[in-house]
Amino acid sequence: MAPASPASSSDAPDRAPVAGTRPRSREDEVLDYAGVGLIAGLEVHQQLLTERKLFCQCPAGRYTRTHDGTVLRHMRPTLSELGVYDGTALMEFKTRKHIVYLLNRENTCTYEMDDTPPFPVNQKAVDVAIEQCLMLGCDIVDEVHIARKQYLDGSIPTGFQRTAIVGVNGRLPFRGRTLTITQVSVEEDSCREVSDRGHLIVWRTDRLGMPLIETVTAPDLRTPDEVEEAILLVGRVCRSTGHVRVGLGASRQDVNVSVRGGRRVEIKGVPRAGWAPALVHGEGVRQTNLLRLRDELHRRGLTRPDAIGIETTDVTDLFASSRLEPLRRDAWERFVSSEGRRPEFELGEGAFRVLAVRLPGLGDTLSWPTQPGRTFAHELAGRVRVVSGLDQPPILFHSEDWPTAARDELDALRMAVQWGPDDGLVVVWGPEADTRTAAEEIRIRYADATEGVPHETRQPFPDGSTDFERILPGPDRMYPDTDSPPTRVTRERVERLRETLSERPWEREARYADAGVPTSTVHYLIRRGGAARVDQVVRDCGADLRFAAFFFGERLKGLRRSGVAVHEIPEERWCELFRAFLERPARHEAWAALVTRLADEPWETTAEALRALGLDGAPAGWRDRLTRWLDDAAAEVYDDDPGRLVRHATGRVMSELRGRVPARSVVEAVRTALEAGR
Amino acid sequence: MTDAEDPLKGYRGRARARLEGWGARVWGDIRATNDAGSTFEGVILPRSETLDDEHVVLKLKTGYNVGLHIDRIVSLEEVGYKEAIYKIPDKEFPLRPDLPKVTLLGTGGTIASRLDYRTGAVIPAFTPGELYGAVPELADIANLTTKKLFGVFSENMAKEQFVILAEAIGREIEAGVDGIVVGHGTDVMGHTAAILSFMVQDPPVPIVMVGSQRSSDRPSSDAARNLIDAVRAAGQGDVAEVVICMFGPTSDRYALLHRGTRCRKMHSSYRSTFRTIGDIPLAMVGERFRYLTPDYRRRDRSRKVRINTAYDDRTTILYYYPGMKPDVVDAMVEKGYRGIVVAGTGLGHVNKPLYPALKAAIAAGVHVVMTVQTLWGYAQMYVYDTGRDLLDIGVVALDNMLPETALMKLSWVLGQTDDHDEVLRMMRTPVNGEITGREPHNGYLILQGGLPETEAFISSHWK
Repeated sequence: MAPASPASSSDAPDRAPVAGTRPRSREDEVLDYAGVGLIAGLEVHQQLLTERKLFCQCPAGRYTRTHDGTVLRHMRPTLSELGVYDGTALMEFKTRKHIVYLLNRENTCTYEMDDTPPFPVNQKAVDVAIEQCLMLGCDIVDEVHIARKQYLDGSIPTGFQRTAIVGVNGRLPFRGRTLTITQVSVEEDSCREVSDRGHLIVWRTDRLGMPLIETVTAPDLRTPDEVEEAILLVGRVCRSTGHVRVGLGASRQDVNVSVRGGRRVEIKGVPRAGWAPALVHGEGVRQTNLLRLRDELHRRGLTRPDAIGIETTDVTDLFASSRLEPLRRDAWERFVSSEGRRPEFELGEGAFRVLAVRLPGLGDTLSWPTQPGRTFAHELAGRVRVVSGLDQPPILFHSEDWPTAARDELDALRMAVQWGPDDGLVVVWGPEADTRTAAEEIRIRYADATEGVPHETRQPFPDGSTDFERILPGPDRMYPDTDSPPTRVTRERVERLRETLSERPWEREARYADAGVPTSTVHYLIRRGGAARVDQVVRDCGADLRFAAFFFGERLKGLRRSGVAVHEIPEERWCELFRAFLERPARHEAWAALVTRLADEPWETTAEALRALGLDGAPAGWRDRLTRWLDDAAAEVYDDDPGRLVRHATGRVMSELRGRVPARSVVEAVRTALEAGR
Repeated sequence: MTDAEDPLKGYRGRARARLEGWGARVWGDIRATNDAGSTFEGVILPRSETLDDEHVVLKLKTGYNVGLHIDRIVSLEEVGYKEAIYKIPDKEFPLRPDLPKVTLLGTGGTIASRLDYRTGAVIPAFTPGELYGAVPELADIANLTTKKLFGVFSENMAKEQFVILAEAIGREIEAGVDGIVVGHGTDVMGHTAAILSFMVQDPPVPIVMVGSQRSSDRPSSDAARNLIDAVRAAGQGDVAEVVICMFGPTSDRYALLHRGTRCRKMHSSYRSTFRTIGDIPLAMVGERFRYLTPDYRRRDRSRKVRINTAYDDRTTILYYYPGMKPDVVDAMVEKGYRGIVVAGTGLGHVNKPLYPALKAAIAAGVHVVMTVQTLWGYAQMYVYDTGRDLLDIGVVALDNMLPETALMKLSWVLGQTDDHDEVLRMMRTPVNGEITGREPHNGYLILQGGLPETEAFISSHWK
């Protein structure tokens, strides 16, 4: 059989409406964060700017959209070092995913395929991790041990991520207090998801194995806004090392949130700091509501996980001609064929079945509010989708939000399953084996609900909502990497790195603030790597700090936005440019033309550009030509307003002399000439 | 004190002394503070003996391990004790009367394994119950019994183990099993498969060797799938020969059954490392069997197995290289070797300066046979003068027998006779395909990457 090819090349999965949505209510919008005891912490992942990957000699940062090889694999859970199976691993094994890896020779070798053991760890990456530790005042461990962190979702072909702690116990000044850095680790990046349909998940391997540093904070953050601010702050620390990648996907953060009485939930892969406030707020609301649901279940006497029972009934025939299309076999077959779902790949095992799940004593809980705009049925749908592979929207129908057009069918269903008024009722459909897995997953999710908030990893969406991704893995998924020897980190190595360490962002902020640079400009410069350039032209080319910060932080940004390819300008031009400014300050006034020229002709030196633009000095005899320019200007002015004539004439003359003659001299000469001519 | 009793397993020298000073022990849950004022809480792990004596390895609460330099630790106190009990869930293997009986003989592969803290490597551990816990699919294929014969890494297999293994197989066949699986490390699996092909002849049921290229302590391991396919091949398959059952492609698609005398490990780490050389594999094994050739011995319970565990390990392989000196041969003769398999160049050649040494060796009663280091193709010594000269000296060409197979066979033959003619007759009479009269053109296929047609092929097939 030919390798599976992804149905969609898009890296962002579509989101069709899923069961368990509701209009947002006023209660969704307000939450007393201190009152519910909301706490949050961060895990910030930052790709490093190394030439090679972490455990092999493949180039890092070379992304491809095509592939020339395909591998099919499956994962099985294994025991941890302490002899325990990890819960996530078991869950992910239940999903029975076929995992396909797309390979491209340009950026992968047999290491990424898990057909060759790791090569010695990239010591440059370890150095950057040490730099990050030094920035954060971490204590650096004496011996770095590579561990394997299990992931059975297929995102890494080995089934685990190689990762190692480099430093612990750091501190970050934050809003007048201290944000504790629990650890900094160095690890390999995972694959990029191409598609995930039914039982087949497809991954691209180009990003796999690129070195990352992960910076973990303690749960010291108290509000959604603080989370956003802390993400930006940690980001600035990473950028300040000068050895990290920038751009889309180069940094991603996991946000851990809990409320008092709840449990840590990890919102995974938040791509932008700006997403964080809505996500953190939403999770706070969700946990608060789940705790209320727990209390309600306890009130009903469902106090323990094993108190939850379900009853399943095969109701395929009942819905044979249903008005709810997904429940009909013919519609299912159309869905399967239109999606190109194949047996042994996307499709699960067994014939099409509609399974009714009766939930004794759980009436009115399916519509229980959870996160803003969602109900508990959404929690069930998330588990069903991920674990059973039943992913046809809306994933399930339930008794508390049954489509009105098919109301009579619900009545018939209730008869068929002997539904009682206190019961809940959920219907799932698809291949038989999957519907059974789904029913069991519904039971498990309710069992979890008796204890409040389950440990979960959740996937974030731009609208601030989240959906189930996996059970949050615990320490049991860690295993020492028997393929890699530990790396000793000598104090000499640490001291050598400390000597060349860049300035910490808060130190730079203070220095720039003293020179009068606004905070927003400083942040921009640190984030985009311009700060190092500012410091260089100040140090080496006699530039004024405030001017240089304004130049790189604001002026160039504007020019870039107007379409000038500023990034094309070779690094050495900037020093030449600032030396040229120093030599003839008048040239400052022609900065835009000059930078545009340098961007358009990147192989030209600044001296050549200056010559080409005629900026190598004041044109001989410009004062003699002044009278003619003024006559032309006078002819163009339509009234006798003397002020208008001065402005117009000055503009006219400046356009001829900008950058060659200081503006002040031009204004002076124009005024003198006009006064003389009057 | 045995290794198991040592409370500071793997620690030596300075680290050991310091730990003793603190009254610390392995598996102790401790709190340590270093000179930077950092506190580390976690469990002391055993240390690999190959590492230095200056660090203590700690498993932190997060599951990460870190090494602390003993000179930087200012205080260390034990607050608890957490010994790892590493046990694969042991469930009773369910027996079904309708399923075949298969015995799994363990020699020390990594079908199921656990971490060995002393070396940092993985060591094997299995019972039917443990295997069922780790690979529950087995219960739907066969009624499994396991016997651990010994636990050695495959490179440590030698005469003693070959004999024990062959005899154990004989006993299992005698006891009426429907198939035998031999769990084995992959490094010398080809050698063991070859010697078993000679020691265990005419088996009525399949004898299937299996192992894994990725140890079973990894989620992506090939161990479970290989084992499932091997138990299928042993319990339900029709090939009653000594075969190797390992991944076909590196993808999880199917396993291949390779004849034990014609199979070789061809990559140090790939899953699909085993290849049949000079012929095609016998079958593909997955949910269904697909036999690729009619040329194999069928399962037949009425056939009587013949066990012959003769073995003389005074044999060696001489891998020829340009400029080889004759004293290498002399040394072997002097050291009492009785058989030399030459892996010659091309069609079976060595340089002229070696002739007198080989002649002297043969005169001294050493049996010298010729194979080819090209692996594919025949030793055809009539083609060039060089070959004819060697034949004149008394070197015997073994056609397309693989060098490792030839070594195993020579050891087996020399265990039975020293008569030169008899040795030659036995060596040249194939027992089970170690010499084939014909080489099919698809017996030699090494796809050359980069060619347009190869790229078209590999981009449309599972690797």
